Amino acid sequence: MLAKRIIPCLDVKDGRTVKGTNFVQLHDAGDPVELGYEYSQQGADELVFLDITASHEGRKTFGDMVERVARNLNIPFTVGGGIHELSDVERLLTAGADKVSINSAALRHPELIDEITKRYGSQVCVVAIDAQETNGDWTCYVNGGRIPTDRSLFEWAHEAQERGAGEILFTSMNHDGVKNGFANEALCHLSSALSIPVIASGGAGTMEHFRDTFTQGHSSAALAASVFHYGEIRIPDLKHYLTKEGICVRL
Amino acid sequence: MKIAVLQYNAGNTYSVVNALCRLGVNPVLTDDIELLGDADKVIVPGQGAASQAMQYLRDHRLDQLLVTLRQPVLGICIGQQLFCQHSDEGNVDCLQLIDAPVHKFVPTHPDQKIPHMGWNSLHNVQGPLFDGIHEGDFVYFVHSYFVPQCPYTIATCDYIHPFSAALQKDNFYATQFHPEKSGKVGERILKNFLDL
Repeated sequence: MLAKRIIPCLDVKDGRTVKGTNFVQLHDAGDPVELGYEYSQQGADELVFLDITASHEGRKTFGDMVERVARNLNIPFTVGGGIHELSDVERLLTAGADKVSINSAALRHPELIDEITKRYGSQVCVVAIDAQETNGDWTCYVNGGRIPTDRSLFEWAHEAQERGAGEILFTSMNHDGVKNGFANEALCHLSSALSIPVIASGGAGTMEHFRDTFTQGHSSAALAASVFHYGEIRIPDLKHYLTKEGICVRL
Repeated sequence: MKIAVLQYNAGNTYSVVNALCRLGVNPVLTDDIELLGDADKVIVPGQGAASQAMQYLRDHRLDQLLVTLRQPVLGICIGQQLFCQHSDEGNVDCLQLIDAPVHKFVPTHPDQKIPHMGWNSLHNVQGPLFDGIHEGDFVYFVHSYFVPQCPYTIATCDYIHPFSAALQKDNFYATQFHPEKSGKVGERILKNFLDL
């Protein structure tokens, strides 16, 4: 049976993970490679590395990091952040990333999705969508949730799929950081409207939240950052809990 | 031991090279007919579309070479599909090493997403490639097309319906999943291939 996926997300700035961690056993919890490896040993199914570096030099550092991750990790990983054009995608895939996640660039230039998937296949192209709900309408945002667009979540997600996206990574800005559960109603709507997998993001606080996004949100995967980085939820515990709740995960 | 990884337009070749390096072997990534022919073992990795991959193989006369190889050959993902008769993906004739077709998944329920992406369990594993691998072990899949069960199936997986997770005919081995991305289970399978 296809397992639901648990995906820790690591924010990386100038080659270092940003959020603090309490992985005391690690030499250097700020090293994305070491932290990623530790997550893979704990049973993470995939990893996402998000480059939040602003500078050009930092971008080069990120590419070097991707190469080191690829050498050391035996599970799939996605990289995102700072991807503007096809050459950025090529650079990251050549460095060894399995998938790239595109967000603002895809909203600004939707044809980028076609270009990526024609060149590398749908499976490498994750379209990340940050959206906020107001009065029942979900609006897509760009620039890390700072600038609203005139696109609605469901309409844009459908277009991304039609253009060849392999997965949708949906972050609810209403739920992100609140630790009160994922946006399961919107996720359920999204998942039933799309034929490609949907990754839930934003709102993980407890193990029950993961269960609910799989059972109520029909998500194929759940992504979280701080609950894992701060050790509030350990992946082995989470997976045993989900198994007990009748959800298929890889143990 | 000389291990050659076929370099062609089907992407993802670096992952296989990295995985082999982690196992302590130093493979050569090449599309050179002589190097491939001389290798002790050959790996045909891949992602992407069967029709484009076949076109590349034909353009570089690699199709003629691959079918004559006598050393152990491992096809991964699109590599498995290329070993078959014909793929519905781009309606293309493949290498025809293994008498089996390649069809597209047709979902029967909204929860059945295409591509089949993620970790799924192996069943009915048999033969030396799966030495030490257990019924129900999870491996990583990413694909929209599948090979049905056939006399050459050496492992099955169930998504929408049972299909061939791995095939073997003579010296040709193939996995639909990505052993190079399948954690410790995948490492064991790659090591088993190297030990053949």
